[in-house]
Amino acid sequence: MPTSYENVNPKIYEKSENRELTVEEEDELISDEIDCREVFDLLRNVSDPEYPLTLEELNVVSQNHIKVINETNEVVVNFTPTVPHCSMATLIGLSLRVQLLRALPSRYKVDICITPGSHASETAVNKQLNDKERVAAALENPHLTEVINHCIGKTLL
Amino acid sequence: MSKLETVQCLKGHEGRVWNVAWHPKGNLLASCGEDKTICIWSKDALGKWQNKTKLTEGHSRTIREIGWSPCGNYIASASFDATIGIWDKKSGEWECNATLEGHENEVKSIAWANNGQLLASCSRDKSVWVWEIADEDEYECAAVLNAHTQDVKKVKWHPTQDILASVSYDNSIKLFKEDLTDHDWTCSTTLTSHDSTVWSLAFNKNGSKFATVSDDKTLKIWKEFNCNDPEKNKGDSNESAWKNICTLSGYHSRAIYDVSWCHLSDLIVTGCGDDAIRIFKESDYINKNEPSYEMICVCEKAHNQDVNSVSWNPVIQGLLASCSDDGTVKLWQFKEL
Repeated sequence: MPTSYENVNPKIYEKSENRELTVEEEDELISDEIDCREVFDLLRNVSDPEYPLTLEELNVVSQNHIKVINETNEVVVNFTPTVPHCSMATLIGLSLRVQLLRALPSRYKVDICITPGSHASETAVNKQLNDKERVAAALENPHLTEVINHCIGKTLL
Repeated sequence: MSKLETVQCLKGHEGRVWNVAWHPKGNLLASCGEDKTICIWSKDALGKWQNKTKLTEGHSRTIREIGWSPCGNYIASASFDATIGIWDKKSGEWECNATLEGHENEVKSIAWANNGQLLASCSRDKSVWVWEIADEDEYECAAVLNAHTQDVKKVKWHPTQDILASVSYDNSIKLFKEDLTDHDWTCSTTLTSHDSTVWSLAFNKNGSKFATVSDDKTLKIWKEFNCNDPEKNKGDSNESAWKNICTLSGYHSRAIYDVSWCHLSDLIVTGCGDDAIRIFKESDYINKNEPSYEMICVCEKAHNQDVNSVSWNPVIQGLLASCSDDGTVKLWQFKEL
């Protein structure tokens, strides 16, 4: 555990209920498109790099900040760092990107952006998170992938 | 009307393919990608393109770009492992016989000058290097240019002069020249107009214009105005000036990753993050300083994922190569009807 947190006393939010499956959803013969709840479910249990809490519990990701446009295969995820100077913002964004890269069909174009107005270096962080060449290079760094895998590892539990 | 017809879909790489490059004679195509290999494709007896040679073990990380020397005997490769490989076939088989080191991190692009005596490279370390080919297989660093403030994405040489162009994550385009009195390379021009990362640049045949493409979803055309051109701003030095004469916006829906300007047909092709390939042509104009360009062809879903690189064949008119995150290389024939 780190000895000092950037945000000493973060507000902890309640977890949402699990999605209730409808009869149609369980019917293999009916095709249902990916929606924002489904993307949220892929991301809500990603852990914060600092706290032993999920990004949902810290309200870093929430369902109403996720947009899915199936006609153009676009997924836009806005995330909200807990403090405006959060130095972990890029790492959190990268974890979200990696999780969706692995879990969503490859036809989806994913944009990961900080919720407007919630971070001091919003533009710089967004630019880096959406430069696929830099993301590819970062993911070849074994130390960084280990940290990211640690953050998203628990999502399977 | 015009159209782009699929000639062949080439499979041989594992994972994302970053770049395609034609041999100067137009009969060989090289491709590279995240699988750390270079594939060389050529036509077999039946006229089908095949992967004849696969070069491995030159790099320990992604190969981002490859380039053929103007003589066609060498391939240079830029890798995320921070090195540049120089491959040749002197032993009868393609081998990596020189490795150029110096960049601090990922090498993003490499380019041979037209005379074959200079090589340029650029990196995420923000620098552009010029290498002189001193003797056979001797590469000396002639300049380290630290003009950009961010990751440098692409380097390209002017087709007839020793002018080097670079584009960057800092949104700017820079031109470099050697001062012949003291052999110092300096940045002669900085061009700003794009609102985000400039991914690539392509010169036209005589080098009087170039095109740039960006993360801001626009394609821009730049033209050189030399000293005695009345359109050039007065009061400047005796350097010629480059100006943005046309901006094409509204055609691309995501970042544009590459552009190629055909030296045979004068057509411009772009590869985009929205999976499409688009072709642009200069339309008739009245004022030569204000040309307009029109999109004459769009191939939506050219690939299943982002198009990373596009390249016109230098000999066979209308033959186009492209590659994508979907792991494929595709060959196309453009037909203007």
